[in-house]
Formats: sequence, C-alpha cells, structure tokens
Amino acid sequence: MDYTPHTDEDIAQMKKAIGIASLEDMFADIPEKFCLKRLPDIPASLSEQETMALMQSLSLQNRLPQMTLTGAGAYHHFIPAVVGHIINRAEFYTAYTPYQAEISQGILQAIYEYQTMIAHLTGTQIANASMYDGSSAMAEAAILSAKTLSRDKIIIARSVHPEYRAVTRTYCWANGYEVVEIPFNQSGQLDLPVLQKELAENVAAVLVQSPNFFGGIEDIVPIAEAVHAHGALLVAGFTDGTALGILKPAGELGADFVVGEGQSFGNSLNYGGPYLGIFAAQGKFLRRIPGRLVGATVDKKGQRGFVLTLQTREQHIRREKATSNICSNEALCALAAGVYLAALGKNLQKLALLNVQKTQYLKKQLLQLSGWKEVFAAPVYNEFVLSCPDAGKVNDKLKKEGIVGGYELQKDYPKLKNALLFCATEMLSKEDMDKVVAIIK
Amino acid sequence: MSKQTPADRRYSRDHEWAKDNGDGTALIGISDYAQEMLTDIVFVELPAIGKKVAKGAPVAVVESVKSVSDVYTPVSGEVVAVNNKLEEDPALINKDAFGEGWIVQMRLANAAELSSLMDAAAYDLFLQEGKH
Amino acid sequence: MELIFEKSKPGRSSVSIQQSDVPATDIDTAIDKKYLRTELDLPEVAEVDLIRHYTNLSRRNFGVDLGFYPLGSCTMKYNPKVNESAASLPGFTGLHPYAADKMAQGNLQLIYEMQQYLSNIFGMAQFTLQPAAGAHGELTGVMMIKKYFEKQGEKRHRIIIPDTAHGTNPASGALCGFETITLRSNNEGGVDIEHLKSLMTEDVAALMLTNPNTLGLFERNIEEVSRIVYGKGGLLYGDGANANAFLGIARPGDLGFDVIQLNLHKTFSTPHGGGGPGSGPVGVSKSLIDYLPVPQIVKTADGYQWSDNFPDTIGRVRTFYGNFNVIVKAYTYIRSLGAEGLRHATEMAVLNANYIKEKLKPYFDLPYDRVCMHECVFSGKRQVAESGVHTTDIAKRLIDFGYHPPTIYFPLIVPEAIMIEPTETESKETLDAFCEAMITIACEAKENPQILKDAPLSTEINRLDEVLAARKPDVCWKKT
Repeated sequence: MDYTPHTDEDIAQMKKAIGIASLEDMFADIPEKFCLKRLPDIPASLSEQETMALMQSLSLQNRLPQMTLTGAGAYHHFIPAVVGHIINRAEFYTAYTPYQAEISQGILQAIYEYQTMIAHLTGTQIANASMYDGSSAMAEAAILSAKTLSRDKIIIARSVHPEYRAVTRTYCWANGYEVVEIPFNQSGQLDLPVLQKELAENVAAVLVQSPNFFGGIEDIVPIAEAVHAHGALLVAGFTDGTALGILKPAGELGADFVVGEGQSFGNSLNYGGPYLGIFAAQGKFLRRIPGRLVGATVDKKGQRGFVLTLQTREQHIRREKATSNICSNEALCALAAGVYLAALGKNLQKLALLNVQKTQYLKKQLLQLSGWKEVFAAPVYNEFVLSCPDAGKVNDKLKKEGIVGGYELQKDYPKLKNALLFCATEMLSKEDMDKVVAIIK
Repeated sequence: MSKQTPADRRYSRDHEWAKDNGDGTALIGISDYAQEMLTDIVFVELPAIGKKVAKGAPVAVVESVKSVSDVYTPVSGEVVAVNNKLEEDPALINKDAFGEGWIVQMRLANAAELSSLMDAAAYDLFLQEGKH
Repeated sequence: MELIFEKSKPGRSSVSIQQSDVPATDIDTAIDKKYLRTELDLPEVAEVDLIRHYTNLSRRNFGVDLGFYPLGSCTMKYNPKVNESAASLPGFTGLHPYAADKMAQGNLQLIYEMQQYLSNIFGMAQFTLQPAAGAHGELTGVMMIKKYFEKQGEKRHRIIIPDTAHGTNPASGALCGFETITLRSNNEGGVDIEHLKSLMTEDVAALMLTNPNTLGLFERNIEEVSRIVYGKGGLLYGDGANANAFLGIARPGDLGFDVIQLNLHKTFSTPHGGGGPGSGPVGVSKSLIDYLPVPQIVKTADGYQWSDNFPDTIGRVRTFYGNFNVIVKAYTYIRSLGAEGLRHATEMAVLNANYIKEKLKPYFDLPYDRVCMHECVFSGKRQVAESGVHTTDIAKRLIDFGYHPPTIYFPLIVPEAIMIEPTETESKETLDAFCEAMITIACEAKENPQILKDAPLSTEINRLDEVLAARKPDVCWKKT
C-alpha cells in the first residue's frame, strides 16, 4: 500500500522530461558508499484491510478501563459530539500553519476566538495560539521571566505537578538557571514563610499551580504580593482547566503569566497526547511571549480579517534572539478547546459544580473505609489526597476490575506513604463510586 | 524617492544620524534611506533614560512586519530623553525620519566623535556608491 | 464573518449538563467564597449556530484534501485516512497516561516498535518519541549534545549553523545557552568548506546541518564536513525536516550524524492540524544514548515497562510520553508502506520536484541549477526586474488558480525565493496543471502586473493589512 498516483507511463514521461535514464540518477549527489544496498529492516507493506486489522489487534492489547480515578494532569471528561465533528473537517485538520492568511481565515478566526476565551477564563489580557502542553508552557514562562528580568533563579512550589517540575528543571538547566523548590505546608499548599525567606533579588519567577497537584486551591494573593515585592514574576498554573468554570482566575489575583494544560477542553486522554499548552499573560508582555499570535486587522476592502501577527518575536525572523524556538504548536487541540468552550458556554460553571459534587461524595465515601484519612485540609476542586492502609493493594484490587485507581504519591513524595491522589469528574456516577468503595472494602 | 539629506547633522555607515544640539547633547535617528529599506515601521523599542551606550552599540530596536533591526548609536553617551511619541505612532519615522521621527537624545561623552562621522555630502556619496 | 461572541445571546447553550446524582454539598462549605469567580463570559450559542459557525469557518480554510499544497519544507503530502481510523480506535484514545503499564501493553508495544523502525530507517542507535514537534526535537537534541560535553568535562559554547537553516536551529541552540555562528554556503548551495574549517574550533559543540538543505540540495561534501567537525571533537546534528528526500535511499546514521530530529507531520504523513500537533522524534548514535529523555520503554520478560532509571538523562522535555496519538498515525503509515513503499515514496517525491524544476526553469530564475532532491527553489528576481511584481504577488495569484502557494522568502540566501515541494502523492496531471498556472502567472506579470498585485481576487477576504495588525495589536476581542 502506498499513496503515489504514478503509473509506469507517467514515470517514463517524467524521466524523459527531466533527462534522466533511471531514478537512481536523481540521487547521484549521495556518495556511492552511503547508498543503501538493502532496504531498512522493517515489516513488509500491508493492504489497508491488513493494516486496520493490525491496528485493531494492537489497540485491543490495551485494556480500556471501566473507570478512571486518576487525574494528575490528564482528565477524563465528556466530549460533546460537536467537537469531533468540527475537528475532523479536513479543511482544518489537513491544513498547515496559516501562513497565507487569505485562505486560512477559518483557523485564524477560530484561534483568535480561542485566544479571547482563554484570556477571559484565566483573567488575563492576552493568550497565545498554544504551546505543546501545560509543562512546556510553564517552563517557557520561567525562561521568559529570567530573560526579561536578567535574573537567574527560578522558584517552584513542590505542590506543582512532578512532571512539570521535571520539564522546568530540564529547560532551566539548559539555560544555566538555578531551580529551587519550596515545600508545602500541612494543608498541602505552598509554604509561604519559606517562600518569603527564599525570595531574593536574583529570583526571576515563582511557579505555582492552583488547583495544585494535590487538588488543593492555592491562596494566590499573598503569594503574588510576596513575589512582586521582590520584583519577581508570578507564573500560576492550573491542573484541570474546567476548574476555571468556578474558580477566580489567577490573572485576576496577581499572576503575571497563567499557564496550564488545556486537554480537559474537548481533547481525549490519548495516553498523554496530543494535549494543549495554554499560555496567557498580562498585556504588558505582549511583545515578549513565545508562540504564535493571531491578530485582527482589515483587508483592502475594509472587511475584518485575521493574520499571524507580532511575528518579530518568533524564530523565523529573530532566529537566535527569538523569545522561544517554538514553531509547530497544538492548533487543532486549541480548535477543539474553542469549540468545547463555545458549546458549554456558561454551562462550564455547572459542569465545574458537578465535578465538586462528585468529588465531595467520593471523598466522603472513601473516608468511611477503615484506616482512610484526609491528608491535606486545603479546599479542593476535583482531586484530593487520602491516606490508606496499603495504597498498592487498593490499586491492585481496582486494576483487577478494570479501574485506573488513584495516583500513588509516594513515588514523587517519599514522605506521603500510602497516599493516593483521586480525581472525580462528571464521568463517574454515584453507582460507579459506590462500586469503587465496595471493591476496596 | 528619498528626502534631501539635511546638512545640519552627521551620519554613520549604519544609516543613523546625530544632530548636535549645541548643549552637550545630540538627537539620534535613522536616515530616510534606512526607513525606506525597513518599510513600514510597526514598533520601536526605546531604551531606559540614563542608559549609557558606547558608539556603535545598539541603543534602540525598530521592527517592521517581517524584520527586526538594531539602531546603533553613532556617538557614545547617556540617554537623556527618548521620543515617546514613537510608542503610539512608530510611523513617524517613515513620515519624517529626520524630524519628528528622532529616536533618542544622548548626552555626548565625547563631542569629538561627531566630527568622525560623515557629513551630508559624504553620506549621499556613500549611498550612491552603495547602490552601484 | 461574525465572531462566535457576536452570535452569543444570553440563555442559549449547546450542551446541557445533567443533574447531580449524589447528595448535594453546599459549594460554600467546600470552597471558600474568596476563591470563587463572579462572572464567566463565554459565548452562549445554540448547537445549530455553533456548528454553522465553525463549518463556515472551515469553508474559509485550505487543506491538502482540497487541493495541491506545495509548501516547501513542510512536506504536505496526502494524509491517508486509514491512519485517522486507526488513531481513533478507542483503545488508543481512551487510556489515561498513568494507566498501569499492564493495561497499556498495546500502546507500549507500538511506541517500542516505532522506535525500532525509526532506528532502522535512519540508522540511529535509539530514538525517543517524547518531543511534541520538530523544534521541540531540536531542543532535545541540542540538550543531549550539551549534556554529552558536560559529562566529558568539556566546556564548548558554540554551535555552527549554515545560512540556509530554518530559524528554529539558531533559536534552539540559543535556548540551550549556546552562541550560534553562521556558516556561509558556497556557490553550489552547499557548505563552504573553507569557511567551516575556519569556524570549527574546539569551542564548537556541534554543526547543525539540514541535509538535503533548504535549497533542496544534497550536501555532496558530507564526508569532508563530518571529518572537519569530528577532527575538532565536535558532533554532527542533522535536522530531519527534509527526511522525505532519502527514505530507503540513505541513512543519516551512516552519513555520520550523531543526532537527528524528525517531523512525523511532514515525513510520515500525519496531518498538521492547521499548525499542530506535530511530533518530533529524536534519534541518536551510540555516544549519546545515555542522555535520552526519560521515561524510556524497556522490554522485560513481564512485558513492556516505562523506566526512569537512566542516571545520565537530560530529564524530561514534556509530560507523559509525547504526542502519542500522532505517533499512532505515523506507525500506521510505516506499516502500510513497508520499506519498499517508503523508498518508492521518496523516489516519486524527488521525481516530482525535478519535474517541476525542469518545467518552470524557462520562466523563473533558478539560482542553483542542479539535480534537486524533494524540493526546488526558484527566485522571483526576474519578475521584480521586469515588471515590479514580487514573489508575494505570484504567491497570492496562485490562490486564484486553486493552489496553496509555495513557501516564499525562504531560504534567506535566495532573494525573492519560491520554494516548491510537491511531495510524492501528487500526480503528473496535478503537476502539469500547477506548472501551467505558474507559467500563466509569469505571463500575466509581464502583461498585466496589476492583477498580481491585487490578488487574490477569488477569496472572500483580500490581502490583509499586516502593518495595522502589528502597530495596533488586537489579539483578544473586547465587547464594545
């Protein structure tokens, strides 16, 4: 199976037009000793039917869960039918980056609308067209802060997702910036007095997440005050974007950058990707933020239209002096998010409230099990941490029933022994949750 | 068509001009030829007042839609004023590069540097040669 | 067209939310009021209006499924539909990334095999699939180079990058703290060997080379290039943006490359989604294998497992395991084509590019008249001189003929560049019709240049005022 339309006659005519005797003549610039004598060792080609059968069988080697009780950076939400119908339109998904604005108004306008929705949701004035995922958005906000302020130290709360911290460390190492972690207090929130001690004149940014990795809502206002008192910038992330349906956004509470994972907005779990890096900022950073930006303008007839704008920030113009090296982003995931948010509208609040209801119920039921305790007191959105007599055993029992259990925190936080991070979204019914409790019992 | 090159100032090979104010300061801008080459200027990044810059170092940045260019100061000194009007209306440089489109005012560290720059006639000749 | 916000009317919605089936908790007791937002300003539209809005937007967008898309350097080949069907299987879409490895054996096997296939196709020792896009892969590759020298106890500050390179190369180098220095091209469009010799010192960590380069030309002196770089202890980085030019023909690993990043959305037919998602796997030679990002898959008697246990790793560059669903599509593609299919695809891609080059040569300046690989680069210089028509005008006029324009004004060393990459999935008839349109436009440029300057004439929105967009940025709609 391949997708070339050339007949033997076509090939013969084209060779003649070019003036070559054999196809190999076209590769004459490749030194002979490097030309492969044998084809690469990969399985032989398949018909479409065989291909599909193979892929079916591979997919069936996965065990699709009955329920997913883990969030931890990827959230199982219902995706309205409209989302799939729109992102599967070939006009969108088979397009490249909208370099030619006149025939790309569709994706450009959709991204402009997405930027507007994200800026509003995060309480900021601007949002870019997307980053790779929540972690790279956070890491790039850290790098941008350091470059903007010419400072070389980044502070990150240990209550931030462990993989976000890991990605930020990698990016900062490559740039020669120091990264310091701030512990959490007994409520599972950033330890403010420790932060205050650590803040100094060489700190470029403080990175927090709210809701944080433990599900807890951080008190952003005093953190922002402390950060700004030292002339540093506050980067506030979030975990599950649907939380923004009810929570006051960090952009209104003093964050300079709001970054996070947008997968919750209409994107499937997909075993971790593609996801959607949300990057929003206060207006004064407009000419410095990484990534593409769509702007409104007018055409020759005065009609409103959209273009990629402020491109002098980007690598194809500024090269080594660019804000970031990002080129491809996650446009189709951003389109999905835009359709999702437009489809829900104000019902995003209802959805978020439903998540809170389910979460409170699951927590209450699990706490009735003997030996189960709440670990942190901070208010939560749809994730929470409980300790139990034997976390591994609990997850084994759940796995047997085809349920993805809680996230075992001990691997990232050795002191949190037998602590499980659970997530309850609208996808869990009361019946489901009662079943979970019965299985664990 | 470029405008006439004013004779009341000096020019650098990077197409910047410096106009002696006679009070130990000079205005700095880019030539009309430079603005033409840059096409529509969309943004000017101005330095902080008080910044000290050596001759030949970048003192500001001008951007068009598809390009970014440093503005190199033709004289050493300290920035004492910037043309804030450019923040709102960067097109002033396109409209009037030698007048309202000035970029910064510098306190001269070494007034003798001015005389090392080209005068209008020399700059015009430099442009003509460059075009050949 | 109206914005979705302008279609909004209070009280409408597309998706209703079910009533809660659990005993109610008072929100104020769960979450302190000070944390709750007071307003939520999202559009309120009925489902039919929502669908019409986005469907009408899609009609203002051009994709490969609508027509020829010869965007140079972007390899806009047809996106096979079986890839999409396979990737949408619930077993691939429905799994949480933290599902136990035992529940995800199909995914793990797919990733493991994909790494092996890529290693074999490109002659590298190992691949990581974690980077989310080509530039992300570049960053990952350069990070590994940095780590390599750190481990060797060597401090090297510079990276050499040819003047033909994509902007992502210097930007990736800079994002790893390297100073980037520019290498000139010679008059054949290849590396200027003497210049390379003068730049290559023991302070240089690597040469980042795109081969074939962005002129679509294969670097004939590759052996000498690698000798010079290795001679000073440097590494050779290969930008795989143009990998469609040599599948099954030659392997970067054999050519001496230590790192190569790919773009699955170019070479391996996954759709680009209007800007992304992509996927940027990175392959390394043996000397860099220890520095690959974590986690990596290990095959054990008990099945496939993720492991973080690689002490010299650069760490993570992304959450989870990369753009998995994109990888599924590329895997499907490789299995459909097999090695023979891949080689044939490359041959037809190169044949198509050379065919266009020959047909258009009489009408447009061809700065480097050599056999090209998968793309050819013309210059619009003649048209500028003859009639004041610029490359951008030619590009815009092509839209009226139903084509997506080629890449323009890149590479930077070709004035008024027109970079055409037809890919292998286009038929001779399509190429003939496209060349016919280009020739017609070349004639129009002489006879009626104004029509080019006014183009496109066939779209609802005409040329847009980019100067206004940059001077008065409006990136976020505000109610007036």
